[in-house]
Order: sequence, then C-alpha cells, then structure tokens
Amino acid sequence: MFRKAVFCLFLVLCAVVVRPVQGFAATEIICSSTTSTDNSGLFGYILPLFEKKTGIKVKVVALGTGAAIEMGKRGDADVAFVHAKEQELKAVKEGFFVNRHDVMYNDFVIIGPVDDPARIRGMKSASEAFKKIAAAGKFVSRGDKSGTNTKELQLWKMVGIEPKGQAWYIEAGQGMEKTQRVADEKRAYTLTDRGTWLATKDKDRLAMAILVEGDPMLFNQYGVMAVNPARFKGVKYKEAMEFVDWLISKEGQQTIASFKDKNGNQLFFPDAK
Amino acid sequence: MSSIYDSFSQALSLIFHLDAELLGIIFLSMKVSCIGLLVAVVLGLPLGVFLGIKKFRLKGILITVLNTFMGLPPVVVGLFLYLLLSRSGPLGFLSLLYTSTAMVVAQSILAFPIVAALTHSAVIGVDPVIGQASSTLGATRLQVSLAVIREARFGIVSGIVAAFGRVVAEVGAILIVGGNIAGYTRVMTTAIALETDKGNFELAVALGIILIAISLLINSVLHIVQKKGMVGVS
Repeated sequence: MFRKAVFCLFLVLCAVVVRPVQGFAATEIICSSTTSTDNSGLFGYILPLFEKKTGIKVKVVALGTGAAIEMGKRGDADVAFVHAKEQELKAVKEGFFVNRHDVMYNDFVIIGPVDDPARIRGMKSASEAFKKIAAAGKFVSRGDKSGTNTKELQLWKMVGIEPKGQAWYIEAGQGMEKTQRVADEKRAYTLTDRGTWLATKDKDRLAMAILVEGDPMLFNQYGVMAVNPARFKGVKYKEAMEFVDWLISKEGQQTIASFKDKNGNQLFFPDAK
Repeated sequence: MSSIYDSFSQALSLIFHLDAELLGIIFLSMKVSCIGLLVAVVLGLPLGVFLGIKKFRLKGILITVLNTFMGLPPVVVGLFLYLLLSRSGPLGFLSLLYTSTAMVVAQSILAFPIVAALTHSAVIGVDPVIGQASSTLGATRLQVSLAVIREARFGIVSGIVAAFGRVVAEVGAILIVGGNIAGYTRVMTTAIALETDKGNFELAVALGIILIAISLLINSVLHIVQKKGMVGVS
C-alpha cells in the first residue's frame, strides 16, 4: 500500500515536471499596479481587449503605489501603472523607469460618518477639513505609502500637523477598501479615491458619505511607465512599451473611458497627451 | 456589512455553481500544495530516517534547528525567497518570481522541516531491535532503513499530514513570491485574503468552505491508507 502510494506520487511529480514546457508560447509581462486600480475592475475590463489585439498577456500584481514603484525599481515588473506623479517622476529621474505618460485621472474625496461629528460637510478646502478632523474627529490612514497615503500626508503637511502617534490617528496598513471599512467601524474619516468609494459603498454597507470633494488638491493622476531595460537585462521592454503605447493611444483611452462600474458610473477619465 | 448568515447562504450557491475561474483557483491550490509537499517528502523523509538511525557529532544541534524551523514564519520565508528570486537578487536570472514554481519552492521550504523532524521522531520511536536484527540477518544499509521506515510508517504519515495542513493553509509566503496574479498565481488562500479585502465575503466564505472540505477529504484518505497499512503489519 505504502509503496503504491509512493509510486502514484512519483507519477504525479513526473507529470507536473513535464507540463510547464508547453507554456512558453505566449508573451507575458508583469505590471505592478495599485490595489485601487485593480479592485475597481478596470484591469479585468481592459486587459482582455489588449491581449486580443497584441497577444501579450499582462499579469497584474496589485500593491500600494509605493510598493509598486519599488517592485519596478528592483526589476521585478516590466511596467508600472500607478498614481503618485511626484514619486513616479523621481523614479524616472533616478533612471529606474523610462517613457512615463499620464493615462487617466479620477479624484480623491474625504469620506466620514454620515452624522459628520467634525462638521466638515461641504467644505471647499481639503486641508482646512483635515484641520477640523484633527481637532474633533478620528482619521484612518492607509499608512502604506500608497498613492492615497502620499496624498493624505501631503495634506497634513500643508496644515502643519504631524498626525503620526496621535490618539485620533489610526494607521490601517491595508488596501483602500479595507481602510474604508476600518473607518466605518471606528466612525472615523478617511481619504479615498472616488472609484473605490463608488464601487464599494453599497456592497460594504458603509454608513459614510462623501463630505469634501472638488478641491484641486484632491486630483488623482494615474501614470504608466516602463522599467528601464538598460538597468535590468531580463525586462521585457518591447512588450511593456506596446502596453504603454496602447494605453495612451486613442483606442486605449476610449476603452478606459468606456469602463463603468456596476451602477453605470464612469470611474476613470482618460487624459493622455 | 453583510451578516454571517447571508455570506454563508450565498457562498453555498456559489459552490453549487462553480465557474471556470473558481475551478482554476482550486486546481492551482492543490497543484502547488501537493508538489510542494512531495518535494518536502522526497527530501525530508530520508533526512529524518538518517537522523534517526545514524549517530554523529552535531546531530543534536541539527535536530534542534529542524524543530525550530517547523515554526518558520511563512512571511519571513516569503521575504527571503523574494529577495533571492528578485531580478536584482542572486537568483534573478531564473525569472521565477511571480510564478507558481516560486510558490512550490516556498511550500517545500515550509513543509520540509515538519516532514524531517516528525519522521525523525517516528524513527527513534521504533524498537532498536528491528534495526539490529535486520543487520545481523545480513541486510544492507538500505534494507535496514526500509525496515525501519516500515515500522515507523504511521508516525511518518502523521508528519506528512501535518505538513500538508501547513502548506494548504499557507498564505503569507505564497502571496509574496506568487503575487496573487489572477489566473496565474492566485490560489484559494490568497483569493480568500483578496476577496475579504474587496468586501466579497460570499466568495471568500465559499472558498473557505471548499478549502476545508478538500482538507477533510485528503485527511480522510490518508487515514484510510494508514488503517489499511495497520492491518497488513507483518
């Protein structure tokens, strides 16, 4: 019995070792991106179209923007699709990436409990709203160097508040959707991107509302850039550039614009130049 | 947030309407876990037997290390493996990061100490007379080892079952080295983590139920194998 079992296991091993040889035909590239982009369903919508046209499969690893850029810097991605323009331009300048392009945008909004204990509803300035939250509310931060987190820290800096370590400041260390849920449970405020908010507020039954929006400071630009092939030999630069070029082409831009969530909201607005 | 009851009832309907994507995730989970376990057994079983039979210096230290590694934190294994396999790491030329092969390697590393250490425990529990008797009867070293393995097989199978439990439940390491890429490296545990993150509790619960059911099935099979083996003891 024992010997038979061992023999079966051996057969399985042989079968599996032989199998991967077949899988080399299609070209695959790895795209490091962000949880907010991936969770919105955008990739599930646009990638099959791109794959059909070019035969290139794009494998998406979704992280926070900071981690996604780091991944590219280590050469572990072929292309990065993220949203923290300053960090992106810095990484290009340092020689880790090439050919960065604006692709699309959406915007950040400040959400909080419907009864709005800090009384920020309808305020025009996001930073002024942050001041009020610091004084009379609780705030849940992504705390993960993501694009959203970067924007949030920028806003705290503007008003000269150091939130870290404060009793009212909670660092979730989670993706956007989970952070929203933490904020909901804690009856706190948070900064989120409109895409994630629209896609999840009903499903997660959040007792929250958009309280501040429309401040130019809350603009959320997405960019794409290829990992510098001069730096990493194994990088699939040609295919990565095909993806970049498609995203900023008329066809790619139209595809992004036509992506809608379940309720028919457009989540991303193409703005490639 | 949806109630537990809602999640469960919707999860059950998802299980009855398995779609191709879900099946792919389940298949990959099983594939990665089983191969990882197999590699661990192929390497760990001989080592465990060797440690049980042979006497040599530093043996105590080696066993202590193995016992410690039984509790290796998966995220740490994932991190080290990531640094090794990264294109800017020493093994970057292999292009293994974010592949199922990298996940198998992680699983083997986690399962190997369990197989080796528990095999060792089982082997030292075998009556030394077995080994002595077979060598006096003129058995070769390999034959002696096989006789000991035969005697220790229940303990060894328990070790393999424990190792399987570890790999099939593993999420930390394979998330780091696999990247949880849809259709390529997304397995049940990483899918559960992601769907929980996204608030799709029904799907997460469905996957959880399937995962536990499969574990139950495999453990039952192993239990039967063990029982049958018991009847055939010579």
